[in-house]
Amino acid sequence: MFPKPIEKQSRAAQISYQTLLPIALLLWLGPLLAVALFSVKPAADFTNANYWGMPSSFEGAFNYGQVFFNSDMPQYLLNSFLITIPTVIGAVALSCMTGFALGIYKFKSNIWLFFMFVAGNFVPFQILMVPVRDLTLQMGLYNTKTGLVLFHIAFQTGFCTLFMRNFIRALPFELIEAARVEGISEWRIFWFVVLPLMKPAIAALSVLIFTFIWNDYFWAVVLTQGAESQPVTAGITSFNAQFRAAYQLMSAGSIVAALPPVAMFFLMQKHFIAGLTLGAVK
Amino acid sequence: MSAIDTPEQESWFHRNQQRIAPWLFLAPGLLFFMVYVILPLFQSFNLSLYEWDGLGAAEYVGFRNYEDLYWEWVDRDAFYVSLKNNLIWLILYLAAIPAGLFIALFLNQTVWGIRLYKSLFFFPFVISQVVVGLVFTWFYDPTFGLLNEFLGFFGLGPLNVLGDERFVTYGIIFAGLWPQTAYCMILYLTGLNAVDPEQIEAGRLDGAKGGRMLWHIILPQLRPATFIAFVVTIIGALRSFDLISIMTQGGPFGSSRVLAYYMFEVALSEYGFRMGYGAAIAVVLFLIMLCFIAYFLWSMYREEKGH
Repeated sequence: MFPKPIEKQSRAAQISYQTLLPIALLLWLGPLLAVALFSVKPAADFTNANYWGMPSSFEGAFNYGQVFFNSDMPQYLLNSFLITIPTVIGAVALSCMTGFALGIYKFKSNIWLFFMFVAGNFVPFQILMVPVRDLTLQMGLYNTKTGLVLFHIAFQTGFCTLFMRNFIRALPFELIEAARVEGISEWRIFWFVVLPLMKPAIAALSVLIFTFIWNDYFWAVVLTQGAESQPVTAGITSFNAQFRAAYQLMSAGSIVAALPPVAMFFLMQKHFIAGLTLGAVK
Repeated sequence: MSAIDTPEQESWFHRNQQRIAPWLFLAPGLLFFMVYVILPLFQSFNLSLYEWDGLGAAEYVGFRNYEDLYWEWVDRDAFYVSLKNNLIWLILYLAAIPAGLFIALFLNQTVWGIRLYKSLFFFPFVISQVVVGLVFTWFYDPTFGLLNEFLGFFGLGPLNVLGDERFVTYGIIFAGLWPQTAYCMILYLTGLNAVDPEQIEAGRLDGAKGGRMLWHIILPQLRPATFIAFVVTIIGALRSFDLISIMTQGGPFGSSRVLAYYMFEVALSEYGFRMGYGAAIAVVLFLIMLCFIAYFLWSMYREEKGH
């Protein structure tokens, strides 16, 4: 293990490491903790310039209550879920199939199709912006959740295909050969042999895509406008305009907006990190 | 029925199954990807040769949009500023890689509770850039921001980072480095987990320690992690949009624009709907990105051949 395990070092080193850890963490999360502190302060603290002192009264329940019952935030959150979940299902479903096709079969254009998916995934959003917005308008899907979902599914298929194809490549190919010798059709091989083995990849991709889509801001701004279809990332700007200078409410709103992917990460940590670091080790 | 089947009587589909199957599996994904990613790419190239307000008829203008960009470059105007800022982003954003490695080395221990520490250090990557932008806007706030509280403690400041043309881009990049460093950290933590302990022992016996050990034994084994960190950081730097949009909207006086934001501003904001001009900016951004994409694909291709 590198660096040398701290247990094997002097007592002094151990103690300083143990004290340094929480300090480093506090510094690292400082800006975020500040927002958390803001979100439980009463409005009076900000008018009295008591920014960093203890809250003069604990108003967490009131502030978060305002966010949930006195703003469009619940609608934005619902929109985010209604955009994110179908995207996850769609992108994972499509890429299970594309990944299978590119991972199992040998045909001439295989590597080029694969590279097309990978390259497309790296393209700057702006070069797609005008045509995609136009297409969405023409389909009558501008300012709808469906319009956003369709684009997200398509774009995420690039990354998901890369992920799935590499995962399937690492599976034992003998399994498929054995099934073919048995005369099992290709579709049934996919469904009964390969798909069950892909469960970890599906879990990892699902949490990753959930986070990516939940946090998307650019496409939300380009393809949606009002509270009826905007996800929370775009909605928070209107939320902040509504509560201008009410820092305690803006803070509470930000925390609410950030929470679902955070919860997802903590619940599915193992899968999340497995997905994110695929390829980081040989 | 199947009892009388002979190979010659098998259906055409059945005989050619292995040749047709991949295309059937590919069809839905490929269709989506073509319609929403590949075709729009070419449409944008085409559109950059037109002048179009998004509503009326588009007028073909040849390379005039690019000429205009060229003159903006010569006049040190918005395009020049955006391009320059993109370069600053590209270079400074790479700091996330050594910073991530540093934190990963710091956290690669097995003391009690370390798993929770690792998760909490990774935290900034999970939250949306919009929230990161808001958090840092307040962090930099000249009246109450933590930064100025800190500077005030040393009798310095106040510093209006986001309101000052000299500092604004660096301030936004610093905010962006926060989640990006977390990402690189997790890549390196995973990489460090897989480092061969025997090589470390061998290195120790040879008297390698600290920096020399890191450079000669650890880093070579972390190459895959470094490669991915490099890829995601470059892409992240060139995609920077959310933070700029939230923190400054390109200001003050357009000094924190990057190409991604400038394109949006030109094509889709109150400043006008100049779709063709926006497309031309996007093409420039794409061509910059293409250099890196080509390099990544080339590396992947070599890897594939190696197998």
